[in-house]
Amino acid sequence: MRKNLYNVGAILKGLSITFAFMFKKKPTIEYPSVKKQHAPRFHGLHELRRYADGKERCIGCELCSSACPANAITVIGAENTPEDRTSPGERHAARYEIDELRCIFCGMCEEACPTDAIVLTPRFEMADYRRGSFIYAKDRLLVPPGAGLGPAPDERPNGIPSDLGRVAEVKSTMDIAQGYSATNRGETLKTQRKGLAP
Amino acid sequence: MQGAIDTLNAAPLWLVVLIKSAVLLLVVVTTFAYAMLFERKVMGWMQLRPGPNRVGPWGLMQPAADAAKLILKEDLTPKTADRLIYRLAPFISLLTAFSVYAIIPFGASASGPWAIGNVNAGILFLLAITSLGVYGISLGGWASGSKYPLLGSVRSTAQMISYELSMSLSFVGVLIIAGTTSLDGIVNAQLHWWFFITQCVGFVIYVITAVAETNRAPFDLVEAETELVAGFHTEYSGLRFGLFFIAEYVNMLTVSCIATLLFLGGWNAPFGMTVVPGIVWFLIKVATFMFFYIWLRSTLPRMRYDRLMAFGWKVLLPVATLNVIATAIYVAFKG
Repeated sequence: MRKNLYNVGAILKGLSITFAFMFKKKPTIEYPSVKKQHAPRFHGLHELRRYADGKERCIGCELCSSACPANAITVIGAENTPEDRTSPGERHAARYEIDELRCIFCGMCEEACPTDAIVLTPRFEMADYRRGSFIYAKDRLLVPPGAGLGPAPDERPNGIPSDLGRVAEVKSTMDIAQGYSATNRGETLKTQRKGLAP
Repeated sequence: MQGAIDTLNAAPLWLVVLIKSAVLLLVVVTTFAYAMLFERKVMGWMQLRPGPNRVGPWGLMQPAADAAKLILKEDLTPKTADRLIYRLAPFISLLTAFSVYAIIPFGASASGPWAIGNVNAGILFLLAITSLGVYGISLGGWASGSKYPLLGSVRSTAQMISYELSMSLSFVGVLIIAGTTSLDGIVNAQLHWWFFITQCVGFVIYVITAVAETNRAPFDLVEAETELVAGFHTEYSGLRFGLFFIAEYVNMLTVSCIATLLFLGGWNAPFGMTVVPGIVWFLIKVATFMFFYIWLRSTLPRMRYDRLMAFGWKVLLPVATLNVIATAIYVAFKG
């Protein structure tokens, strides 16, 4: 009898808990219309940056390709000619392809790059219907000529894509936390620059 | 308005009943649709989710989307099924679920209760019709020719029979006090004391058995996902599944209406607040009871089958019987 009364009490307690839960704040982020704020160092889709004069930063050295643990990057370099200078150095990347399905978004390419050409943006909405469309070539990786420089790895605001590349139209409605102090990685990258950055 | 009422009174009875039925059917189906949305919303909130909110503002068009989905889905009949009964079963469920509303009064005016038919043996009719509802479930499960539906329907038969006894006995206490079997008579007997106070034991028994009768959690062993896939409606799809679905929710609504009429004072206003019309009180009470249902579902886990049976036969039935005897003795000596 006492046990049964205890059970009735337990049921009432359970009911009171579910009732209180009804009025709690819901942690759901309603994704397509509201987007989660990323961590400052979120690793998303790649991007190839340019210099202020519009020249490509990539010098086709293939360091990213050899640093890549997933073998996702293919770079085929070519010589710059005096008539057609794609990049300031001697060479540029004739082809630059990343297989985003193989990529593990570790950021090693970004760290290996001597000219800060390849960076990881916080963009992550890459879904598509065909495998082939996940091989991103220069046409989609490179910052379009009119779109500015593309952010440096340590200058990106908090998880917000700062450019509007052709890869994904950004329609984020989330609150933008303006600015964040450069991370350790950013500081390291700054000190490791080899006099090539503007 | 008065002219319209006069015309209605002059119209032949069959026409009046037909119009009333059509209106009531629409109201009940709409209520079902939004009861479902309400349930999903409340369940969501209790589970720290926002609930459906993609279709229309606050998800208000969700029922329409669900209906469109169910209508457009393929309606499969298994090879081993007894075709005729398999196809008929959802309609039996739905028909019995709807026909109860023929006698349920929703309010009262000077000329009588607001109901399609004012039956003086209302409770008997009600019990008879709701008992028929089990045929839809058990025939549907049996005719599917598949083992899980069969188990589900066997369970439903046993469960319905076990809990129907205690449910009827919980009615008897009310009938003894009210001294009538007509539903509006019972409501009128609750002008001062609602029967959930004077018949508190009966009320608790009714609430428990009502949950079991409508196969809702924590007594939803008929469609226990963990053991029986989906129980009696495992093989059903498309609109036929939808009909079972409607029947379940309409039954919930019926049971809430009965609880309101028999125990919660029907359309009588509490604390003399007669400013608000009776129909509104009726709807508020029904909605409260529906909410309680949903609340229970999101709180309690499913019971084990043997415990369900033991609880029904060894606890509810003796307590209900004692309640009837005690009420009878009280009325005999006091009244």
